[in-house]
Amino acid sequence: MFVVEDLSKTYSDGTHALSDINLTVAAGEIVALVGGSGCGKTTLLRLVAGLDQASRGRIVVDGETITAPHPFVGIAFQEPRLLPWLTVADNVGFGIHDVPAAERRERVIDALARVHLAEHAGRWPRELSGGQQQRVSIARALVARPRVLLLDEPFSALDAFTRASLHDHLLTLWEASRPTVVVVTHDVDEAVTLADRVIVMRPRPGRLYETITVHAERPRDKLAVGFDKAKRRVLNALDRSLKTSDIEPPKTADAGAAHWW
Amino acid sequence: MSAPAPTLTDDVLAAPAEASRSRVPSGRLLLGLLLPLALALGWELAVRSGWAQGRLMPPPSRIFATLSALAASGELWTHIGATLLRVLAGFLLGAVAGTVMGAVAGTSDTMRRIFDPSLQALRAVPSIAWVPLFILWLGIFEASKVALIAVGVFFPVYLGVAGAIEGIDRKLVEVGRVFRLGRFEMVRRVILPAVLPSWLISLRSGLGLGFMFVVAAEFMGASEGLGYLLVDGQQMGRPDSILAAIITFAVLGKLCDTILVLSTRPLVRWQDTVRDRL
Repeated sequence: MFVVEDLSKTYSDGTHALSDINLTVAAGEIVALVGGSGCGKTTLLRLVAGLDQASRGRIVVDGETITAPHPFVGIAFQEPRLLPWLTVADNVGFGIHDVPAAERRERVIDALARVHLAEHAGRWPRELSGGQQQRVSIARALVARPRVLLLDEPFSALDAFTRASLHDHLLTLWEASRPTVVVVTHDVDEAVTLADRVIVMRPRPGRLYETITVHAERPRDKLAVGFDKAKRRVLNALDRSLKTSDIEPPKTADAGAAHWW
Repeated sequence: MSAPAPTLTDDVLAAPAEASRSRVPSGRLLLGLLLPLALALGWELAVRSGWAQGRLMPPPSRIFATLSALAASGELWTHIGATLLRVLAGFLLGAVAGTVMGAVAGTSDTMRRIFDPSLQALRAVPSIAWVPLFILWLGIFEASKVALIAVGVFFPVYLGVAGAIEGIDRKLVEVGRVFRLGRFEMVRRVILPAVLPSWLISLRSGLGLGFMFVVAAEFMGASEGLGYLLVDGQQMGRPDSILAAIITFAVLGKLCDTILVLSTRPLVRWQDTVRDRL
């Protein structure tokens, strides 16, 4: 599990990006962060990944305070960020260079097979489609066996069909090792499809506004009444968060305590 | 629920081979030869038919005869050897110095602020302006010639490397940070591959300038080399000899550039370029 305590971030130009974030994510839980632009979703993710330093507060993953990139924490970005001079297999194995060669090879093969790209192992990234590149990026993050997987709008640039397919892939991968997952998204449909909890953030400065718990077995039926209800709750919260950004947020509410499904 | 891992062979994990289609650029080579051959043939016909005298601009047959005579006597190879050695030595010195200084200026803002203004000012100095100074400092023999060529090679390599490092995609460096690469590993696994294409292009520019600067260097008073052949042709009133030297320069320059491109192409075959589609 990981815990975020009293986290604030102010950039050197004075921008107050995050204020007093308190959040606990249980081991194996999937949490989606949604909110308008500039509400600090990506900032929060970068702080948890150790890529930026908090101005105040701390992040603790399995008892260890995160101040820099850590082997416990993996991240996949909005863009695949594959290194163009490495083959697909070498990109996947990029983060486990300290693992013995034979084991590294085995893990890379396994990771690629899990994202159904084993036959593309020897290709260059430029030879893959956007969706395939994003799957490689996720495989690269997972091959290091992180306890916390952070996904920063990883599917936002993809078409709806590819996105739906990648949701399935992601959930299959998550089932296999059950890492804690935090996914940042602008897509409410995606948030409700994937997450156990959807956390709505509000801007200026970025704060947690409302938490909606989604109780349902996966895979989730998007045509079910409950799915639609959950989406509407998230959309309502988003709407309120944008209208009330200058007043105190409501206490975190388990708005989904009722079983909508 | 995990998908079973298929058995992958080394072939599958290996980097893709070069495209299977023929790489022999016979058609393109012929296209490249079309213009010079047409010009040569036209001039040859003009001189033979009496439309032109061919005294100051000898026909290709006379230039070819001069080249053949120089080759048969062994003189041509001596000149080529001397010029190539100077270019190679100057190129190596200039490329190494340009790469090191480019890397220093590209990676350290402070160093860039210290060195870059002076180097940019020196870059504007014409090559010929260095000649008297280098002769005074290093004498009239090889050292001054090699130094002049190295100066010519240095600047494009310096600019190429410094610019390439400054232009590295921050997001790729961040991937290295995510996986906790140390400074050395970051340079080896991210920075160097990222700057490689620009570095190779700057080496090509440097090599081209090396061939330009070797002429200035051999004008300093060489007793052999293609630059000497040019001066000798001028003093002896032999335009065929001058043109033979110019053509040899052109062929050597193109040959060296081709060797550089072909020998480094495997290093950048991952690039998604239009090179093979144009």
